[in-house]
Amino acid sequence: MDDFKPILTARYGVENNQAISVAEQHGVYSVARRALTEMTPGQILEQVKAASIRGRGGAGFPAGVKWGFLRPQEGQSVYLVLNGDESEPGTFKDRTLMTRDPHRLIEGILCSCYAIGAHTAYIYVRGELAAAIDVLEAALKEARAAGYVGARPFGQDFPIEVWTHSGAGAYICGEETALLNSLEGRRGEPRYKPPFPANKGVFGQPTIVNNIETIQSVPDILDMGGDAWASLSRLERDGGTRLYGISGHVKKPGVYEAPVGITMRELIYGLGGGMLHDDRALKAVIPGGSSTPVLRPDRKVRANKKDHPLHQWHGLSEIDVPMGVDTYRALGTMLGTTCAIVMDESVSMVEACRNLMRFYKHESCGQCTPCREGGGWLVDVLDGLCSGTNRPEDVELLVDIANNMMGNTICAFAEGTAMPLLGFVRQFPEEFSAAAQSGLPKSTRLDDSTRALLGSAA
Amino acid sequence: MQPMAFALSPAREQQIALLLERYPTKRAACLPVLWLCQREHGWISPEVIVFVAERLDLSTAVVKGVVTFYTMFFEHPVAPNVVWVCRTLSCELRGAKAIQEHLENRLKCKVGGTSEDGKFTLLKAECLAACGQAPMIQINDKYFENLSLQELDDIIDSVERETELPTASLANETPAQNHGASP
Ligand SMILES: Cc1cc2nc3c(=O)[nH]c(=O)nc-3n(C[C@H](O)[C@H](O)[C@H](O)COP(=O)(O)O)c2cc1C
Ligand code: SF4
Ligand code: FES
Repeated sequence: MDDFKPILTARYGVENNQAISVAEQHGVYSVARRALTEMTPGQILEQVKAASIRGRGGAGFPAGVKWGFLRPQEGQSVYLVLNGDESEPGTFKDRTLMTRDPHRLIEGILCSCYAIGAHTAYIYVRGELAAAIDVLEAALKEARAAGYVGARPFGQDFPIEVWTHSGAGAYICGEETALLNSLEGRRGEPRYKPPFPANKGVFGQPTIVNNIETIQSVPDILDMGGDAWASLSRLERDGGTRLYGISGHVKKPGVYEAPVGITMRELIYGLGGGMLHDDRALKAVIPGGSSTPVLRPDRKVRANKKDHPLHQWHGLSEIDVPMGVDTYRALGTMLGTTCAIVMDESVSMVEACRNLMRFYKHESCGQCTPCREGGGWLVDVLDGLCSGTNRPEDVELLVDIANNMMGNTICAFAEGTAMPLLGFVRQFPEEFSAAAQSGLPKSTRLDDSTRALLGSAA
Repeated sequence: MQPMAFALSPAREQQIALLLERYPTKRAACLPVLWLCQREHGWISPEVIVFVAERLDLSTAVVKGVVTFYTMFFEHPVAPNVVWVCRTLSCELRGAKAIQEHLENRLKCKVGGTSEDGKFTLLKAECLAACGQAPMIQINDKYFENLSLQELDDIIDSVERETELPTASLANETPAQNHGASP
């Protein structure tokens, strides 16, 4: 691990890497040149499949498989859409890719467009990240002037246009079909699936939606070869290196690159520099964005049976299981965006849960009754719990509401609300029953460990 | 009296034509054109809605429906400096509430309101994808991260004096560390 060489972030430290001349000196565009002039689209797809890259946007779907779903009919235009909405609380990784290595992102787009037969790509970026859009626009201007984006990239008769598209503040636009509606100039409301975007996506055409990091990894995959890239991971069927984020109560919050399959313990105590206060223990960690159920370090993995996918880690702490799409699902949570939120022992789990549920209440698009009503109801019950209504049955009520939100809605947002709620209650039942008995102390705040660090104003 | 019809500056007007080239439908330019208008006018007034509807061959009801869906389009006038305080979990764990309290005291207005001098509108934001640099605020298009109360005061001071803002950052102040975990 100590000799780990960064790949995706190899140019993060290069000064002025946003300028095309500097980026090219560091190898950017050489892979796209080779891909477009020497490889067939089928060969690129093969490499992406061999790489076993799981989508970096949260759901972990294998990118090569998704690309393989495309079956465009005569006369249809294929689109590539990049998801740079980055709105899942706790997640702040794609922003660094867009601002620190924008030309590599464009290179990834060129390779991917060629592979899937798309002549137009849109980069959908959340509206708040105006600074990132400016960086991308400047980089695209340079790439057009160099002839890499436009009518004849690298002299090939395969026109590729790339445009940015700014969102305007709505978490739900990260959901791929809501994003497509937003791109078409509509309200960002998710669509029923099927049809899936690969059949009927933006402007009614076959569309591949991928996360920024997924596409930005493509040049690395082609450069190294899919198998070699896959083997950087410590896991099977989940290849490569990826970005990890860490925020909350650690010494070194930030974005780090590491192989797929490091453990949460390594992320917190290695990359993250350990707990912010040495004398305040780790209480809980939300592993991959707010929709992923919370982990508890003093909980042991129960996988006694030989054929249990986590048998190898039986008896270890939950934070000692390698972070992979499949391992984390088996653990009862989700890998999500591998951006972790770390909480020390000062944090009330009921209050943390309430903070997130307020977010979901605010962000539901309102199309489905269980989601619209359920989210608001969860917050109401949690408000009651915190203020001390002394209704022990409220904990069960929370679980009932959450269970009724699952499986009854147009998109996965409702599950993304219910699952973390259920996770908090399952992992910390004692805190929820105590709150249901007597409420939370009036003085409860989430910043007890950090407020003093803000200093005082002059 | 008829309200004044809305018009864009010639430079921005030219941009509309360029935006329309990006998409196979006119309608798809709805968000980008609304952004242009808001940058010009400060908010999306009823006249702006009429303007966008006419330019894109949409009904005003459709444009209005789009505007109301997105939190960054202002349906009412706001101060020239809109301050968003992120209050979602990662920021909250690092003192976001104290940041908001300090701003409320300093600007003498509550979240949702505008300061007495009319220079600032204070709003609460949900996660702004800067969680590793918490606590943070956004002022108009700029992020201010890893804030202390002193830095917060300096930022507000410089906006009040209308001088160059001190330390807007593009991405992580601290570069991503490119090494593996070694516990
Ligand atoms: C409520 C919700 C929010 C989402 N937000 C994002 C997001 O901000 N960024 C992202 O890349 N994917 C997000 N997704 C996942 C996308 O729907 C989609 O799966 C992803 O962009 C596909 O790209 P990938 O396969 O490369 O990960 C979200 C999904 C849901 C249900
Ligand atoms: S589940 Fe929620 S966010 Fe998704 S479409 Fe239904 S109401 Fe909208
Ligand atoms: S929680 Fe504040 S930026 Fe993410």
